Amino acid sequence: MRTKTRNTRTAVAATAVLGLLALSGCGAAETGKSNDAGDKKTVKLTVPSWVGAQANTAVAAYLLEKELGYTVKTQQMGEVLAWDALSKGDIDGILEDWGHPKEEKQYVDTKKTVVKGGDLGVTGHIGWFVPKYFADKHPDVTDWKNLNKYADEFKTAESGDKGEILEGSPDYVTNDDAIIKNLKLNLKTNYSGSEASQITAMKKYAKAKKPFLTYWWTPQWLNAEIDMVEVKLPAYKEGCDADPKKVACAYPNTPLQKFFNADFAKNGGKAAEFLKNFTWTTEQQNEVALMIADEKLSPEAAAEKWVKANESTWKTWMPKK
Amino acid sequence: MTAAVTTPPKEKPAQQAVPGPGRLASAVRHRAGRKLLPLAVAAFVLVPLGVVLWGGGSWPAALTVDVSGPLDDANEWVIDNRESHPLFLYFLLHLSNTATDAVDAVYNGLDALGWVGFAVLAVLFAWRAAGFDRRGAKTAGTAAVVFAVCGLLGMWDATLLTLALMVVAVAAASVLGIALGLAAGLSDRFHRMLRPVLDTMQVMPAFAYLLPFVLVFGTGTPAALFCTVIYAAPPMARLTALGLRGADAGVLEASASLGASGRQRLWTARLPLARKEMLLGLNQTIMMALSMVVIAALVGAGGLGEEVYSALSTVDVGKALAAGIPIVLIAVWLDRTTAAAGERIGTSVPGGSRLLHGWRAWALVAVVTAAAAAANRALLAPTWPEGWTYDISTPVNKAQDWITEHLASGIPVLGGTEVWSENFTLWVLNPLRDGLVWLPWWALLLIVAGLAWLVGTWATALTSTLALGAIGVLGVWTKSLDTLSQVIAALFVTLLLGFALGVAAARAGRFERWMRPVLDAMQTMPQFVYLIPVVALFGVTRASAIIAAVVYALPAVVRITTQGIREVDPAALEAARSLGAGSRQQLLQVQLPLARPALQLAVNQGVVLVLAVVVVGGLVGGGALGYDVVKGLSRGEMGVGMTAGAAIVCLGLVLDRLTQPGAGRSRRRHEG
Repeated sequence: MRTKTRNTRTAVAATAVLGLLALSGCGAAETGKSNDAGDKKTVKLTVPSWVGAQANTAVAAYLLEKELGYTVKTQQMGEVLAWDALSKGDIDGILEDWGHPKEEKQYVDTKKTVVKGGDLGVTGHIGWFVPKYFADKHPDVTDWKNLNKYADEFKTAESGDKGEILEGSPDYVTNDDAIIKNLKLNLKTNYSGSEASQITAMKKYAKAKKPFLTYWWTPQWLNAEIDMVEVKLPAYKEGCDADPKKVACAYPNTPLQKFFNADFAKNGGKAAEFLKNFTWTTEQQNEVALMIADEKLSPEAAAEKWVKANESTWKTWMPKK
Repeated sequence: MTAAVTTPPKEKPAQQAVPGPGRLASAVRHRAGRKLLPLAVAAFVLVPLGVVLWGGGSWPAALTVDVSGPLDDANEWVIDNRESHPLFLYFLLHLSNTATDAVDAVYNGLDALGWVGFAVLAVLFAWRAAGFDRRGAKTAGTAAVVFAVCGLLGMWDATLLTLALMVVAVAAASVLGIALGLAAGLSDRFHRMLRPVLDTMQVMPAFAYLLPFVLVFGTGTPAALFCTVIYAAPPMARLTALGLRGADAGVLEASASLGASGRQRLWTARLPLARKEMLLGLNQTIMMALSMVVIAALVGAGGLGEEVYSALSTVDVGKALAAGIPIVLIAVWLDRTTAAAGERIGTSVPGGSRLLHGWRAWALVAVVTAAAAAANRALLAPTWPEGWTYDISTPVNKAQDWITEHLASGIPVLGGTEVWSENFTLWVLNPLRDGLVWLPWWALLLIVAGLAWLVGTWATALTSTLALGAIGVLGVWTKSLDTLSQVIAALFVTLLLGFALGVAAARAGRFERWMRPVLDAMQTMPQFVYLIPVVALFGVTRASAIIAAVVYALPAVVRITTQGIREVDPAALEAARSLGAGSRQQLLQVQLPLARPALQLAVNQGVVLVLAVVVVGGLVGGGALGYDVVKGLSRGEMGVGMTAGAAIVCLGLVLDRLTQPGAGRSRRRHEG
């Protein structure tokens, strides 16, 4: 008898709670928080995990705030997450994208919530690299056909009886397992899992002047610290990387792209115009990246220093009045 | 994964009745024969059948199911429908908007106090929670030092943002945990149903479910908050249920005989009696929530986690440490405060001014804080003065360079860390992994079934075999064995070091006091902070992944071992001493055998904790499942990430069942 009344009571209580929830939730929620905080206009940019892209965001944010009077909110997140946030309007722009065909198709072509924002001006290139001190000693290592000859030099405990090629963060696209298999190289990939681990390992090898082979890319601030030489893989041809299992060619040169939220691109006013105009060279980006990574300046301080010295460059990005 | 939670520094090992070593051995021998016979018969029939049907060697491809397709479809559906479907408009979006608003409100509130006001609040809160007396003053002193250091390191604003997220997350996790714990404490059936759910919530790596949460709730605060709540709620639920179930039957009987109804008994007897467990649950929930700070930053939640994470991109250990120290200190502050509050429960209230007790004391805290905040407004800048910061990153980086340069290689006789890591990989990890991979799939299933049956019941054997089978079905057999070999090696190293340090700490009180802050730091320091030094010392290898796991799992093992040995019946020790046993004999023949249940619990907790950092291992060269989970998140491939996450949960299930403390008969008694 008692349990029965208790059950009824629980049921009544549960219904009441659910009812309250339903009542409080009966209005439809806002799908995106409003773009304007107070009377000042706000621009939201993503801060990717690598330093080159942090340099873009820092300089753009500095100019938006100091020259155009915007408030800039920066948010750090992974690349694919940033694409999703861009589509929802949680952020307004991605300033450096290395190519996300799947997301581009989904958000730009199908949903039309994201629009292309043009070239950043920097060209990215992925490839296989060896340190210069090793290439100087063995000049023929820079051709993939001779790599098997040097496999022994790249051996580590992880790669067993094969040579090791150091891989980076899972953020970056790699075809290396397929390339090794299809070119019949006596190599084995070792996934370091994060850019920080990869850089630490490379710095350590370089200090001891040990030979190593790594998946690497330019522009990268570390290239100013460690001289790297690229190993030539079979030349890239349009479509040779179409089937991920059959790749046997080098990586393409990627002109890095900007992408904006569709709404922002249309109604973003001066900020949108400025960001569309924003374009600089690999050297200029590297200059700021080095201040951040090597001199350990904060991104804001680095941006300020660069802006003060390069007025003629950024003047051209300013929206026409 | 048992009733004990994942970070058990404060928890007593479950005291279970375990038969003496001699009787146990003979019983096992006897029972082992009886148990293994039917298994052998079953294997005799099933194995040839399986081999004929699907072949030996690695897991048969015919028996795998690809789950990434449906998962990726679900992913697409969410993206296409989240702005129009009623489920989102009328429910989920309300949740995420509320989450953002709540965290914003708390942050603005803390910020409005100004730095002086907030520091005063933190100190008085700690003092009040620990009782306004001299012992409480020590806790209050800790709070003062903690926030002074946070400010000095230049992390004031980041600390406030992290605290705001933590306040909301811990509040939500506690409400959820208490609700689940109440239900589980009152209903046996619900209790049984809840256990595997809580296990999964704790062992499933947060990296694996971060992506779906971001898709559904959006980047930034909401996703970070909900993931933190999921990870942090289980200890509260477990300990609330434990407290309710453990209430003294005599008190309940007395309360019933006085005519109290069921609800009255719950409010006046059972809940007050469970207060101590619930406070311990709160303590654990806070610790778990703090361990998610950096992961929250991966989806844009900001705060201290973002500082750690962005320091990684420039390989700046010093900057990462400057952001990691406040996380450790916040953990210490809240741990000491809740622990001191827990100790007060049940003690009689000493005399003194009435102003310092009950609600009046809380009102006093509020008034003084308001006064301090007002003074701050009137006289000083609202944020921590910039001149009062000290940059530790340059000296720390220099120290790190020096250490790695001198310890990595070239030490006479010892060789150096690099040499150790190479030999460990060559002679321990490689044979272990190759051996596991070499074993035919049915042999591995059989071994696990046999071991599980020996330590537990047929149900244990069935669960662990099915869990191992599920890994094969998910299609990640080889990768999982790679991870398994790393987990076993890490567990071995952890136990070896942990038992040695634990015994030393139990026998030398000074050593224990000296170790305590070190263990605290090892447990709460975000692993991302020490990734770079670990790689610098040990290289990009699986050995580095193992070091990271050992650092994280060691404190719990040391603590449980120390406590287990300490709690050995003093009479037994006295007896041994009077029989002329030396200190070594006492340890080996009395203390260690009697501390057996605690040691078993240490093994079990070691397994759970090592598994919890498999993903971190993936960031320093561990590869296998950990790398896949990270890849799933960073490339937006939900199928890859979730599959690897599920495989980690299955591995956890297998290893947990194999190491269940006092499994088998005594466990059945324990669960009643």
